[in-house]
Amino acid sequence: MVRKDAPPRRDRRMQQRLAHGEAAALGELYDRYATLVHGLAHRVLGEDSAADALTREVFVHLWEHPDTYDPEQGPLRSWVAEVTHRLAVRRLRAAGGHGRAATGTGTGEPDAEPDPERELERTVRRASVAARADYIATSLPAPLKAALERAYFQRRDYRQTAADLGITEDEARRRLRLGLQLLATAHDTVPEPGGPV
Amino acid sequence: MNDGPGNPEESRKHGGQDRAPRVPPPRASVEDGGRTPPPAPRPPAGPALEHRVLMSLLGAWALAACSAEETAAVEEHLGECGPCAEEALRLRDAVGLLHPPESLDLDPGLRTRVLDTCLERRRPRIPVPPWVAPYDAETARLDALLQDFGDAEWHAPVRLRWFDGREPAARRTTVAGVLTHLWCVDGLVASALGLDDPLAEAGADKEAQDSPGVVEGSPTARTEAYWRAARVPPTRAVRGPWREQSHALVRTAAFAGGSGGEPAVSYGEHTLPLRDALLDRAFECWVHADDIAEAVDYPYEPPAPRHLHGMIDLAARTLPQSLAARRRAGLAEPAPRGRHLVAAGAPGRSLRLEIEGTGGGEWLIPLDSPGAAASPEHEVAHLALDGVEFCRLAAGHVPPAEAAAGHSGDRTAVREVLLATASLSRL
Repeated sequence: MVRKDAPPRRDRRMQQRLAHGEAAALGELYDRYATLVHGLAHRVLGEDSAADALTREVFVHLWEHPDTYDPEQGPLRSWVAEVTHRLAVRRLRAAGGHGRAATGTGTGEPDAEPDPERELERTVRRASVAARADYIATSLPAPLKAALERAYFQRRDYRQTAADLGITEDEARRRLRLGLQLLATAHDTVPEPGGPV
Repeated sequence: MNDGPGNPEESRKHGGQDRAPRVPPPRASVEDGGRTPPPAPRPPAGPALEHRVLMSLLGAWALAACSAEETAAVEEHLGECGPCAEEALRLRDAVGLLHPPESLDLDPGLRTRVLDTCLERRRPRIPVPPWVAPYDAETARLDALLQDFGDAEWHAPVRLRWFDGREPAARRTTVAGVLTHLWCVDGLVASALGLDDPLAEAGADKEAQDSPGVVEGSPTARTEAYWRAARVPPTRAVRGPWREQSHALVRTAAFAGGSGGEPAVSYGEHTLPLRDALLDRAFECWVHADDIAEAVDYPYEPPAPRHLHGMIDLAARTLPQSLAARRRAGLAEPAPRGRHLVAAGAPGRSLRLEIEGTGGGEWLIPLDSPGAAASPEHEVAHLALDGVEFCRLAAGHVPPAEAAAGHSGDRTAVREVLLATASLSRL
């Protein structure tokens, strides 16, 4: 999801400070993105301890390689999400190779599933779509987010949503539809299974 | 997304008479949409809704957020219109991707572990000095606590407590009010570092100079001035500026630290070196975060042991001044005859303060004058407290007489030190 608008100066400044080796910048980076990183990690890996470990791995990566962020390519937030996703999928694959018993039925019997490889790819794909969707949902423009929030989480119909937000009913319908359209792109942007990580 | 409260079978059976189902019907029903629609409610305006309108309803339909009539009309339309049917499926799948944001309480210790690992892997060129670290950690912990607060939490009443030298004092405010207070007083450090002062921006700096009864430029004066100047009660809007300022303080202090010329921070009646001021602010941040947590019934842990140790050390080092201030104010008994004139640097009567628990340690407190040297040979009393209890006492949250302390030796000295510790507190 490359955005066309010029990347905010703040992102570029953050990159410069990280590259310069300013520990306070690392702390700010963590404060700004730890929730996002941990949430995405949790969505893909499904457990707290793995998400904690991945969060550490992601910030180590960001701290060691701030130069791999290109402000021209999009906001820092997207880059952080991409790195998280990439490392999470890698970890999931690595665990899938030998750790199946750990997450599976744990009977210790020989694997009776027809194709563990395909099973794993499906898991990776599902997790990726879910993580993308989470990211999109948190990055939606505020008006769309507010409309979806009302209609989905608070169970308001679109007329009530319009009234709540002080917009026309047309506009409420438009926002709900557009929000879902954007969310649906989570299915499109996932790299092909087996693709480069 | 098929475990929601709405049962698709049910809602289909009841047609449009029921409340719209929460979960959009499964695919089958979309294709069945061509069937005779439910009998009673028809689109109100007579003429069937046109394609354009029906298409605009797809999002609301997928979210089950339109009327029964509209739902029926959309589903009928989907049987006839390929592009709309395709989009409907896509949007309904997208609804399945929505889920309530999990309230992921990040382990507060994770920040330190992650940052430590990072800094081992790549050494920083500009580190956060150890004396800035407690402030950095405490502001981050408080910010994490505030993360999921809704309006109810932000406006929850908080009773700020302290010890005014004679007796416990209290003032009522809200969670947002507490954060405003932290923001205003942190502004003292911001000013010293040449950063923007929140009071100046709010136009409250003039008022801070003529508040009766409080010391000009003191933390209390600043807070009262800001609260007075604000036209509306504080809200969650203070979180952004407070956090921005705390980040800026860490950033700027990290640079100032290496240069040797650290500025002193004025607290009105006294000044503190920058590093002590930041320790003081870290302590206040923890104390008030704990007030906030208590007000909204959240658990809150004490600081990391090494940070706690720094805060206790600051309080212990400040005790001789507090003892002296109490004597000056006539609140303390004068030193025993013949002992009150101790030449600067000469050994004087001392109290051994033993703080137990992680972050604890031992301090010898000179009793007769801040200038006197503490001396084990002149130890007249021994006072032992748990670290967190000592901090609660220093925050004015425990009345001196009720502090759980073990002691031996000169009872008056023990009592004075307990009172002087509580007198370190303020609004």
